[in-house]
Amino acid sequence: MQLSTKHLLGIKDLHPGDIQLILDTATQFKEVLQRPIKKVPSLRDTTIVNLFYENSTRTRISFELAEKRLSADTLNFSAPGSSVSKGETLLDTVNNILSMKVDMVVMRHSASGAPHFLAKHIPAAIINAGDGINEHPTQALLDAFSIREKCGTLEGKKIVLIGDIMHSRVALSNIFLLKKMGAEVMVAGPPTLIPKYAKEAFDIRVEYNLKKALQWCDVANVLRIQLERQNQVLFSSLREYNLAFGVTRKVLKEISKEIVILHPGPINRGVEIDSDVADSKQSLILQQVENGVAIRMAVLYLLSDKQNFN
Amino acid sequence: MRTILSKYQLEITIQRLAYQLLENQKSGEPLILVGIQPRGILLADRIFHLLNTISPGSDIKYGKMDITFYRDDIRKELHTANQTDITFSVEDKNVVLVDDVLYTGRTIRAALDALLSFGRPKKVMLCVLINRRFSRELPIQPDFCGKSIDSVISQKVIVEWERDEVRLY
Repeated sequence: MQLSTKHLLGIKDLHPGDIQLILDTATQFKEVLQRPIKKVPSLRDTTIVNLFYENSTRTRISFELAEKRLSADTLNFSAPGSSVSKGETLLDTVNNILSMKVDMVVMRHSASGAPHFLAKHIPAAIINAGDGINEHPTQALLDAFSIREKCGTLEGKKIVLIGDIMHSRVALSNIFLLKKMGAEVMVAGPPTLIPKYAKEAFDIRVEYNLKKALQWCDVANVLRIQLERQNQVLFSSLREYNLAFGVTRKVLKEISKEIVILHPGPINRGVEIDSDVADSKQSLILQQVENGVAIRMAVLYLLSDKQNFN
Repeated sequence: MRTILSKYQLEITIQRLAYQLLENQKSGEPLILVGIQPRGILLADRIFHLLNTISPGSDIKYGKMDITFYRDDIRKELHTANQTDITFSVEDKNVVLVDDVLYTGRTIRAALDALLSFGRPKKVMLCVLINRRFSRELPIQPDFCGKSIDSVISQKVIVEWERDEVRLY
């Protein structure tokens, strides 16, 4: 079994079979991570560079740990402090790194489509670790993995994405993935944060009332309010957002069932989610982080044999 | 096609292997079987079941191990991983690896590496149903062997569990 793609640029390009293969392989890697020795020799002949043009804690550490658990050699690059500030272009930077015999590139960039651009111009396998407001495929995969682990399957499950749908690459990747795997998807939030065309473009439900959305769903994926990506004020204040769309203990008590809560992090406590909900048993937030390493190991492992295609 | 072991022969061979494993078990020490995924499990399941019938109450542990991530041919072909299920420590224990056919020895080499990530066993032994002599690419030999056969590379040995026969194609 092989993936149908050489790169992981987005969930959009994957077949349901690819997603299944990644999730199944991640299950085996999760077992590896429970062993006394949590390392396998699979990628010991592979060198991977982590190119981070944008800030990250979880994704970056998670990728680096996954690479190390697979015995790959890793290089870390972050734009601040590099020759990017001297005006070197993205393609030049990457080509210079690749000339040092690097096999795979993990990239985060604030420009949507940056990894797609690179994929056209360089011979290495590229893994998108988040590009602008486009996609964040490994996050969607680990969310799906966590849901599958908790609920048994994705098919037929009702999943609501709450919050800043407009600026969220996590939301877009999640919508693509969940639709491909047969789940029912809803987006909920203030109308200013949900694209007008969302319903028709993705064939999903749209809800502007938080309580109704929570009552409908099995799983709620609460997204971070991305203040750094908003050029205009799309809601009046954080406090007002919390009152209308914050997932609080109070609103969870008002619905008639126990739902599963996900959040991709970093959490704005007291804005999109309250602390007592984030830290409760209902929340899978820390399991998501744990599963992230297994998912990234699976992706790197499955893409590693495509490195010799130049 | 040639039958190497008929249904009856297969049955008594597995019985013999089970008795040999019990004979070899030192008193007071657990017998640990680790079946190698995917096809070694089918033999290990049988042996484990038999051991419990022959010697109920004895200390026998059984785990399943996948060796995909330890293979040396990852650059040639990517294999799909199977489940690993080892819930006990192998630290300072006697462990018997179980596989159906011993051929080049490369799977067992990978299995030895995989096993070490669960601890440092006192001793590791190898139990196989069929030993394809003269095809080894690594210095690995079985400690318990159902039957040794001579075969050439172009031939295939298949243990057909659905009809309980071992065949040479």
